[in-house]
Amino acid sequence: MTHWIVAPVVLPAMLAAFIVLVVRFHINLARVFSVAGTLALLGISAGLAWQVSDGSVGLYQLGDWAAPFGIVLVADRLSTMMILLTSVLAVLVLLYAIGSGWDKRGQHFHALYQFQLMGIMGAFLTGDVFNLFVFFEVLLIASYGLMIHAGGNARLRAGTQYVLYNLLGSTLFLFALGAIYAETGTLNMADLAVRVAEIDPANSTGIRVAAVLLLMVFAIKAAVAPLHFWLPSSYSEAPAPVAALFGIMTKVGAYAIIRIYTMVFPPELETTGGLFGTWLLPVALIGLLIGMTGVLGAKRLDRLVAFSVIGSMGMLMTAVALFTPAGISAALYYVIHSTLATAALFLIVDLVRSGRGEAGVGLSAAMPVTGGAVIAAMFFVAAIAMAGLPPLSGFIGKLLVLQASFASPLVWWAWAVILGSSLVAVVGFSRAGSLVFWKAHQVAGEAEDETSPEDNRGAHEAHDPARRIPVLELAAIGGLIALLVAHTVLAGPVMRYMETTTAQLFAPQPYIDTVLNTPGKDLSNAKGKFDDYEKDAGYGEPADGEAGAGYGDSDAEAADAGASDRDTGSADASEPAAEGGN
Amino acid sequence: MEFLVASAIGLLTAAGIYLVLRLRTFPVIIGTSLLTYAVNVFLFASGRLTVGAPPILRAGVDSYTDPLPQALVLTAIVISFGMTAVVVVIALGAYLGSDDDHVNDAPEEEGTP
Repeated sequence: MTHWIVAPVVLPAMLAAFIVLVVRFHINLARVFSVAGTLALLGISAGLAWQVSDGSVGLYQLGDWAAPFGIVLVADRLSTMMILLTSVLAVLVLLYAIGSGWDKRGQHFHALYQFQLMGIMGAFLTGDVFNLFVFFEVLLIASYGLMIHAGGNARLRAGTQYVLYNLLGSTLFLFALGAIYAETGTLNMADLAVRVAEIDPANSTGIRVAAVLLLMVFAIKAAVAPLHFWLPSSYSEAPAPVAALFGIMTKVGAYAIIRIYTMVFPPELETTGGLFGTWLLPVALIGLLIGMTGVLGAKRLDRLVAFSVIGSMGMLMTAVALFTPAGISAALYYVIHSTLATAALFLIVDLVRSGRGEAGVGLSAAMPVTGGAVIAAMFFVAAIAMAGLPPLSGFIGKLLVLQASFASPLVWWAWAVILGSSLVAVVGFSRAGSLVFWKAHQVAGEAEDETSPEDNRGAHEAHDPARRIPVLELAAIGGLIALLVAHTVLAGPVMRYMETTTAQLFAPQPYIDTVLNTPGKDLSNAKGKFDDYEKDAGYGEPADGEAGAGYGDSDAEAADAGASDRDTGSADASEPAAEGGN
Repeated sequence: MEFLVASAIGLLTAAGIYLVLRLRTFPVIIGTSLLTYAVNVFLFASGRLTVGAPPILRAGVDSYTDPLPQALVLTAIVISFGMTAVVVVIALGAYLGSDDDHVNDAPEEEGTP
């Protein structure tokens, strides 16, 4: 049963290779496989989430090697919740990409999409920090391809910035990992948790530097205030479905902060104490302020949404930086809300872009959007959610964050910034909405005054009759909005789930025990083999007695390749050749 | 030897950061390459500096070097090489497309759709 844990990583990887090798010239087949694979991923994620919802911790040892030495994947409540969120988002965004034809505008969209999913799933599931780095790189390299999908100068330029920024982030990540390894001698998260706790606070300069470096890396991914500069250009220039999927990538950074800084560097740890209260909370609030001010100042609809992402990440990190159980539960609730709202907004903006023709997504009065009423209504709902107005989930999330911030000494700052930035966001979104969707009718009215003064609206709803109704796109956005509504209506049960998830995060002992105390493959036989192997190769002194137990003495003279092959019994053919060589 | 390795890492990092701040694609890419060299040496040193010792721990071997950082460095080299190749291609595309190799946004481009 535990093998299911690796399935969310293996399935997209295999599928991506299959799509790129076999069906690269058949867009319809690629679509079928991509959708089927993503749906299967959704099923697997839901199954895993259900499996660990009782509070157990699922463990998968790659190659059956035991934990501190082998790499492990761990499925607990938090990681399964995140993979479930990812796969739900992936299905809807993929439907949009297919419906809008974005996947046909360049090569290999579906293969890159699957690789991207593989990286995200792996980052959520892994129990090893170096493996986290590797999965970050997998998701980043796929995102580079997706980011510049369909080409274009502006996009390539934004892509260069994005890639360079993330390259620097990866370098920083490696510095942090090197420092951690030099201080503790391990990179397994559970093992790190044990060893970091043993470090003498008086002699902890190295590990403190490592903790701050690591926090900076995740802050880059999560677009926390002074490190958010990569986000507006890349998200607004990326193809809409890609930007919508990128919504989960900032959450990968937030997830990593929650995971590492509840388990490895918990808030009560003396060594790294004060990191969050002093630094993370103020910069998160600054990020919230910058993001929502950007919403007000943006001249284009897509940049507006990109800035609202920074704002919502600021809100999320405010909740995380409180580092109380209430704060983390509020953050987890907000993660789901923010991911869905971001994705919905990016997709709606894309519909506006394709519906407005010349005017594009500039915030200026132009002719109405084709199919304007439905799009305008969806923008209205998604903007309400994003700005955090009642009745939708953004409001509940904000209330939870406000409530949790009572425990912090910066409570007045937090309240002032959260409420003030909400006001700014409401003004920004309503200004954008009125310009794009309402003022349009005025423009249309003026243009048509001479010819048909009667009912201009009806005439303009269908000024491009050749355009089909975007059923699949509307269904995808409608699905995201329906999920937002469900997230609001079911806020009680969802919060109960988040609270138990948080309780599991703040009591990491079962996680650590599961990872470190699960026996891996039996090495008692292998020891003899290794000693024998070394004797043949001429290392060190003769082995001690038990070494030669398994093998005949004369056969052991065979070449190294032959000897190791015989041990596994897998490659008989090479044996005569090796002996011939002797 | 510690001094030499430490100053090598420091020099590479300083030069790399300086180049990255030049904000033209070619120096920035060279700068990121220097930074990845620095980080590779740093990772290597994180397993402590040992000369002429086998990366093997078994009975009878007193002096050994830690094999794990070597594996990490290998992974890091492969990844950073691949990433550098990708960024070179994307930067070339951007340069050939717009005839401009600045990394930052041109201010007049903003705000127009």
